[in-house]
Parts: sequence; C-alpha cells; structure tokens
Amino acid sequence: MAEKFDLNDREVWDGNYAASQALRQAQVDVVAAYPITPSTPIVENYGAYVANGYIDGEYVMVESEHAAMSGCVGASAAGGRVATATSSQGFALMVEVLYQASGMRLPIVLNVVNRALASPLNVRGDHADMYLGRDSGWIQIDAFNAQEAYDLALCAFKIGEDHSVRLPVMVHQDGFITSHTAQNVYPLTDEAAYNFIGDFQPVDDLLDFSRPVTYGAQTEEDWHFEHKAKQHKALMDSRPVIDEVFAEFEKLTGRKYNRVESYMMEDADVVIVGLGTTVETAVVAAEELREEGIKAGVVGIRVFRPFPFDQVREALKGAKSIAVMDRSSPGGAMGAFFNEVSAALYTTDTRPLVTNYIYGLGGRDFSIDEAKRIFKEQQANADAGHITTDIQQFSGLRGPHLGYFQTQRG
Amino acid sequence: MAITSIKNLKEFSTNNDRFEGAHTLCPGCAHSMIVRELMNCTDDNLVISSNTGCLEVSTAVYPFTSWDTSWIHIGFENAATAVTGAEAMHKARKKKGTLKDNDAPVKFVAFGGDGSTYDIGFQWLSGAVERGHDFTYICLDNENYANTGGQRSSATPIGATTSTAQAGTHSYGKKEKKKDLVAIMAAHGAPYVAQLAPNKWKSMAKGFQKALETEGPCFINTVSPCTTEWRFDPKDTILLTDLATDTLMFPLYEIIDGHELNILYRPKNVLKVEDYLGAQGRYKHLFKPENRHVIDQIQKNINEYWEMLQRREEARI
Repeated sequence: MAEKFDLNDREVWDGNYAASQALRQAQVDVVAAYPITPSTPIVENYGAYVANGYIDGEYVMVESEHAAMSGCVGASAAGGRVATATSSQGFALMVEVLYQASGMRLPIVLNVVNRALASPLNVRGDHADMYLGRDSGWIQIDAFNAQEAYDLALCAFKIGEDHSVRLPVMVHQDGFITSHTAQNVYPLTDEAAYNFIGDFQPVDDLLDFSRPVTYGAQTEEDWHFEHKAKQHKALMDSRPVIDEVFAEFEKLTGRKYNRVESYMMEDADVVIVGLGTTVETAVVAAEELREEGIKAGVVGIRVFRPFPFDQVREALKGAKSIAVMDRSSPGGAMGAFFNEVSAALYTTDTRPLVTNYIYGLGGRDFSIDEAKRIFKEQQANADAGHITTDIQQFSGLRGPHLGYFQTQRG
Repeated sequence: MAITSIKNLKEFSTNNDRFEGAHTLCPGCAHSMIVRELMNCTDDNLVISSNTGCLEVSTAVYPFTSWDTSWIHIGFENAATAVTGAEAMHKARKKKGTLKDNDAPVKFVAFGGDGSTYDIGFQWLSGAVERGHDFTYICLDNENYANTGGQRSSATPIGATTSTAQAGTHSYGKKEKKKDLVAIMAAHGAPYVAQLAPNKWKSMAKGFQKALETEGPCFINTVSPCTTEWRFDPKDTILLTDLATDTLMFPLYEIIDGHELNILYRPKNVLKVEDYLGAQGRYKHLFKPENRHVIDQIQKNINEYWEMLQRREEARI
C-alpha cells in the first residue's frame, strides 16, 4: 500500500506539480519517460513519489521520448494505468508512436506542456506541438491554468479508460506560463480522486494468458480503411462521454468544464477564439472593453480533439466579427486553427467576418493591451461590414507588419 | 518452466504448439524454425513483441494471427521497448496483485531482423538492455533488409551484393565489415549473450533456455538464411546453415556476464569459405578473377575472428 501524502484543502502548485499530483492520485502503474523542458518536473515528481513510497508503480527512465511512448504502449497493452509527459521536440520524436498508441486503442495519458518546435531552438511556449498531434487520433484537452491541469488530468484517465472510448488522451498546458507559475489549486482528497477515476479495467490484456491477444497486426487495403473509420468513430463517440465525465466532476467539485468555454457570449459582437492561457488574457481584455461599451466576448476551445464543431458554431452564431488566434507558425497557409473554426462557421447561415492572428510564437508575451487592440480591430470590421485589415496578420511582431492574404476591400 | 530434457527432434518440434504453421513466410525461410524452437523450449507464458519485418508481416495479417500467445507489434525500431514496457507493467501489477494468475512465470521476448536490430532499432535495444529489464532479444540475422527487397544492412558481410550495395564492373558489392553486434551487446554487460544457428537445434534450444532462465536482459543473434536474397534453393536452408557454421563464417558461442566466453560448436573439419560463398547467388561475382582478393580477405577475417574467440575462451576474458 502506498504511503499517505498530506494535502491541504488549498495548495500552491504550478501546473507541472498539479499534473504530477494527478498521476499520484490516479496511482499510475507505469510511467516511461524522458525529460524535456518545460514538462520535466511532472515525471521527476512521479519518480520522487515512487522513491518515497507514495505510489506503487514502475518508473522507467528510457533513452528518448520515442522510447518513452513505446514503453507506454507496451505497458498499457499489458493491462494497467499508464501516463507520461513531454513537450516540443520530445513530442515531435514521439509522433510516430502516438499513432500506434491510438491505433491500438490504448488509454495512455500524456501531459503535454506546450512549447515551440525548432528551428530556431526555443524552450518557451507556443502551440506548435499541440497542432502536430492533431491528426494522431488522440483526445486532446486543453488546460488554461494550474487548477485545470490537475482537474483535467484526473478527467483524462476516466475518459480514456472508459470502455466505450479506449483512446489515449493528451492534457495540454502552456509552457512556463502555466507549468512554472504557482497558483492556488484546490485538490481532491486522494480517496475522492481515486474513487472518481476508479480501478483500471483492462481490455485485451497481454498478461491474461487464458485469452491470448495479437496487438498491432498488419492490414493493407482490404481492412486498413475500416480500422481507421472505426477509430474515428470511437473518437467522435467520445464526445458524450467527455460531457458526462465533466458533469460528474462538477458534481464532485463544483468546477464546471465544457468542450467549448464561452465568456460573455450572450450578446457579443466581437470575439476572440483561442487556446490555453490566451483565453484568460482575452477574458480580462473583454471585461475592460465592456466598460467602454464594446460588446466583446471570448471563446476558448477546451477539447481540441475531437474538435467541437457543433459547439463552435453554436457559440459563435450571434457574433459579427471574430479573431481566431493561432499560436503556431502557419507554414504557408492560413493558421490551422483558423481553418477549423472557419470551416465550422462557413456552414452557418450567419457567417460572421473572420480574421486570423498569428501571435505569441516561442513564448512572446500576449498582453491584455494586444488583446484589446485585436478586439478593436474586430469592432472596426463589424462597423464597416467587411474585413478592414489583411485576413491573416502576425500580431505582436517586431519590425514591419506581415500579412499575405488580403481581402478585396482590405 | 523450461523443458529439461530435449532428446528427440520430432517430439520437441511438436511439444508446444504456440506458433501456427499457417503463416506466409517464404518457403525455406529459417525464421519460423527459430521462432518455433523458442516457443517449444519453454512451458512458461510468453509475451512476444516483433519489430516490423518479414516475421511480423507474415504472421499477423488481420484478421489472422499465427501467435497463440500474447503478441505485440509496434514499429520497426521499438519492439524491445514495447516488450520491456509490458515487463514493467507485469512487475507493477504483480506488486499490486491485479494479475489473473499472480504466480505464473512469464517470459518477455522481442524478435527483430538485422535491420531493426543492428540499424534502426539499435538505440532502443541498447537502452532496454542498459535498463536491465528481464527479457530476451532475439535477432533473426539474414544479413539484409529482406522485407523491403534486399538492401544492405550493417549486418551484411563484405563482398555480398545487395540492391543498395551493388556489385558491378567497378564494385565487388558491400565494402564494409559486418558490425560485431554480439560483442557490442556483451559490452553492455548483459548477463547472457550468444550467437546460435538453427542447424544446431539442441544448442539453440539450450541457449534459448539459458536466456529465458537468466534474470535480466539477454541478447541472442541467430543466423537465418534467406532463400530470396541469398539466392539458394528453399530446400537447402539447413545446408546453408551447416556451411555457415562449418566455415566459421558464423561461429557459435556465448558470453556470460560480458566476460566468460564459451565456444558452442567446433567443426571437426573446418571448411573453406569458398564452399559457403559458392552456394549462394549473392556472392557469385566474387569468383571472378579480379575479385579473388575479396574471398581471401573474408577468409583472413574469419581466421582472425576464430583465433580471437579461442583466445578469449582460454583466457576467460
């Protein structure tokens, strides 16, 4: 039995510590890990919990992130609870195995502390790694602060391990901004947290020799398509399960989570749509602008995959002009997030004006003032009835203004 | 538990049917013989992983499987890590008592070809052995990337022609020596490392048993003649293996704890390497007069290596 860990009703934790406490309370059986800034403390803390008897698990320090996810796949197929953490280059190195994990329907939890991808080498945060995972078949949930990094890691186990889902889950938080900033966090008791998640119930267990299983078989054109279709179906069908888990968590804690979070959206004309800590910044800016008479609202995407297409349409249906914020280099196109939000809006009757802001790459600050400037630009669009700027612009960039996609009028 | 007495090949080959005959490996491929030997030499529960390669693509083509035991394929490079992840989970679950049968012995085995073992998967193998997991890695060494159509690997010997180390008017084929992976794995301090061959089936079974019974990471390299890329008649697989071991092109030995070397087979009559080279299409060009020096070089390398093995055995280092 694991040693008792003393917790207060209110703790001061950073996002990394919060995520590691969730791993401890879930009594994760195996963590296979390779450290990378800024996510390192999550797996270091797990190791410290094992070393001090706070958890009965196996801590496997492998030689790379590719091996970390490979070890997680083998461990998860062997019928127990598995988690790890990574960022940036480590995430990129894991990508091959991320597809294998989801294809084998293994409910691994991966805490991703978002960070830019080289080159240039950069340890600070943006969402390049989150985007890199977007087609990998994992559920992706985004925490906007340390409390959420803890809450959503607990929810991730319960969602991924649900027998109707059986998919791996990433819990994202912003590198350094969330991972290294200490905040008040209200943890559950160990007992309440564990009871919420429940015991791990294996399916197709490599260690059940009464029923041998084959994992990772080969399929060519005769079956591959059907397997991928079923995997997509499982991912899409996880939506009601996610809602149920969030509802159960609310009952337990009073903290309410939605796949799309809306702030002041009841009558908003101008909106910022964002991910991560940007949402909280935009909310403060919107509140201040409301005092100036601008009807500003914010939409935060909580569940990035499966993408909440319907909820995005619903949340934004009354808006006049919208800024979609991509914290990742667009790589020769409009931002990926912009494209997804636009696709949702294109199929509505009201079809608001939409512009794309590339911002905050490699840890560049996103300030309340900048959010206000963006809201005001949206107000100008709304007043003019058309987009008054480039459709895509780099916001907060030093040097000359960059914009490549123009409107006819703009 | 290991099967202690192995006397009769016929009995041995059918004693534990956990690898089904209905696979799609080439006729004459030695892979299935080696896998069968491994699975027949123990009664313990087995968790097996396979790297991407001939063995994997021929034995688990959905909706079929040849494996009547727990089996996982993950990627070309990382089967060692996947099986050691399962081994870690076994430890964790045993401690917690969440296994169906908590006391049944379980053995963890990874299979890879020489491509996945010597080349792309070497990092993962090295890491898994360094971490000291209790597992056995078996390399099915057919000295080329057979599954992708016969490209050179770092296990391909000097002088062989492959689709990416071509013999031609200006080349005699591969110019570099075969990587000495057995020595490298022994240098990891693995408690049991061996080079085995399917023609010496009793010594192969014993080697497998030693590896399975040894706690910690064990590595075994097995020669696996490839009818397709070595270019010989499928009925001659064991003949080719005989030639490989009797010319000492593929000497059989084990290294315990990184230092105690034992030679497992001493041919009564050591054959000249020409006998081995001449039996396969991939070395045909070496018999042209201008390539004679390559055969001499191969023979010289064999003699030196055999000398080194004997001295190490004698010196216990």
